[in-house]
Amino acid sequence: MGREGEVARQLVDEFDRANPDLHLAVQQIPWTSAHEKLLTAFVGKSTPDLGQLGNTWIPEFAAIGALEKLDARVAGSRALAAADFFAGIWKGSLYDGAVYGIPWYVDTRVLFYRPDLLARAGFSEPPRSWPDWLEAMHRIQALQGSSGHPILLPTNEWEQVTILGLQQRSGLLSSDGTRGAFGQPSFTAAAAFYVGLFRAGLAPLVSYTQIGNAYQEFARGTIAMWITGPWNLGEFRRRLPPDQQNLWATAPLPAPQASEWPGTSFAGGSSLAVFRASPRAGEAWRVIEFLSQPAVQVRFYALSGDLPARTASWDDSALAADPKARAFRTQLEHVAPMPRVAEWEQIAQKIPEDLEPAIRGREDVGAALAALDRDVDGVLEKRRWML
Amino acid sequence: MRTSRALPGEARAAFLFLAPGLSIIGLFFLLPIGASLLLSFADFDIYALADPTNVRLSGLANYGALVRDPLFWIALRNTCYFVFAGGPLTLGVALGAALLLHSRRARAKGLFRTIFFAPYVTTLVGVAVVFRYLYHPRFGLIARGLHALGIAPIDWLGDPHWAMAGIILLSIWKNFGYAMILFIAGLSNIPETLYEAARLDGASSWQIFRRITVPLLAPTFLFLGVITAIGYFQFFAEPYVMTSGGPLNATLSMGLLMYKQGFRWWNMGYAAAISFVLFLIILAVSLVQFGFAGRKDA
Repeated sequence: MGREGEVARQLVDEFDRANPDLHLAVQQIPWTSAHEKLLTAFVGKSTPDLGQLGNTWIPEFAAIGALEKLDARVAGSRALAAADFFAGIWKGSLYDGAVYGIPWYVDTRVLFYRPDLLARAGFSEPPRSWPDWLEAMHRIQALQGSSGHPILLPTNEWEQVTILGLQQRSGLLSSDGTRGAFGQPSFTAAAAFYVGLFRAGLAPLVSYTQIGNAYQEFARGTIAMWITGPWNLGEFRRRLPPDQQNLWATAPLPAPQASEWPGTSFAGGSSLAVFRASPRAGEAWRVIEFLSQPAVQVRFYALSGDLPARTASWDDSALAADPKARAFRTQLEHVAPMPRVAEWEQIAQKIPEDLEPAIRGREDVGAALAALDRDVDGVLEKRRWML
Repeated sequence: MRTSRALPGEARAAFLFLAPGLSIIGLFFLLPIGASLLLSFADFDIYALADPTNVRLSGLANYGALVRDPLFWIALRNTCYFVFAGGPLTLGVALGAALLLHSRRARAKGLFRTIFFAPYVTTLVGVAVVFRYLYHPRFGLIARGLHALGIAPIDWLGDPHWAMAGIILLSIWKNFGYAMILFIAGLSNIPETLYEAARLDGASSWQIFRRITVPLLAPTFLFLGVITAIGYFQFFAEPYVMTSGGPLNATLSMGLLMYKQGFRWWNMGYAAAISFVLFLIILAVSLVQFGFAGRKDA
């Protein structure tokens, strides 16, 4: 899908050469329509043998019976084992305790920041606890005056506040995944912290599309921190001139208390999954084994910039030597997947929608979270009936 | 006597000739409509894909949820904005172009007719790519033109206040050619003698336009009004390829909401309910237009 689709072509040529008995056809589909295309393919009984799935889609596709269970193949494989992958990421490809996908590349969020501004604010290294973080933001705000904001938290994104919730050990949903648990004290603490950043003027009230060029703002210092993902390693390198490359750095996320550092982030990314309708599941598994080899993953990283899911791939010199990728290496040891329910994507969309009145000061946090729980309970109504 | 006995045979023959058409309409039109009406009273969703027994009849629950869904109201408002701003503007531009091309003093009529009609038959996806360049807030042609006039650039597709205007501009440009051709046809049906008589009576050009052209174009207006309203109420492809409904749902249309609910989340029952509400709205608006035209005739 997207860039991965273009790059996969080159890796697959390599596989074809090594396996003359097989020929792989790669179909590229854009990310924006991948989800509906795969669902439609399932209804029309024309799913591929093997496919890339966003990790949050796995519960959904597993629930409708589109995917093949891979437990037996993992157990019998000499090429890979569960322990080869980041633990939090591996959990992201499970559904009902069974393996439905092999993590291919990973996605998580870390703190991108301006090291020079943080130093001028009196912090020689990035903050490790929420109180320190807040203090750093207030001091940076004093330095910026009215010209900027210490942190960018796009109001239309659900990831940031959800991560803060994970750090407070919120399960987000009730333990059986049938009701929202956003009104619980754990998530309320996270949401109050998050909303407070907007109310104190530390984060601008803008959605991502309204920002224009976030990289420019970062270079100008009108934004000093940004919780964002691995694709921005490449973007910052490409969009800022060489003499401004020292204006950004990355760090694992702060935690509520310094002793808990690094704080949990979310386990995202894509997995490779075998579709149940495939008559060539064995061959599809061979392709997964091939694409999971550390050497192939490193090539994939070089081609796409996507971070490998297998820990051994990180020992490669290019990744190990990159100080800005190191924060991701540390962070990936502290990640948790989103709730394993088919409705998660719909729920995630509700989070920024229902929090918006709170961050704009039109509603208090408790009321916003009560509304969110109501909406989420509505989305999960069918699931309650099913169980 | 002879004719009345012959009729059943003729009618039978007529039905035979119509049978292929009727069966196709029945199979591909009436049957799906019936099925989706049924669907709108059921909670057909992603779980129904796993096992059809997971479908429950839910009565009016989908419609109830629709009324409570803020996105539905946003989509309805956006769609009405698009129809009631974009529709009249499209017809206005089309009438203007038709009058210019119908004028006796116009040169190279065939060429201009082709140029104006070309957008209508161009693929929207290609058009969308070009318009994304035109609309670019820094490098786009429109931004540069505005800059030359001393107007600050507009982020056509990124700013929630302007995104719908951007989509409407594109739709006018893309669709006015069709209405223009029909207006030209309507204009050439008006007998020249009426104009001559009016001129002899000393009528001004505005009076001629107001008292002769507009009333005699009424059937064309009605047809185009109904067709444009029906088409614009269902607008989907423009926001789908340009903005996917954003920014901040500013260009989310009923059609796009239906698509997202149906094919992204697979809430087919809910999507079917949206489609029936849209159908009723279109039906009501069309009836109002016919009623309005009928009263004027009387």
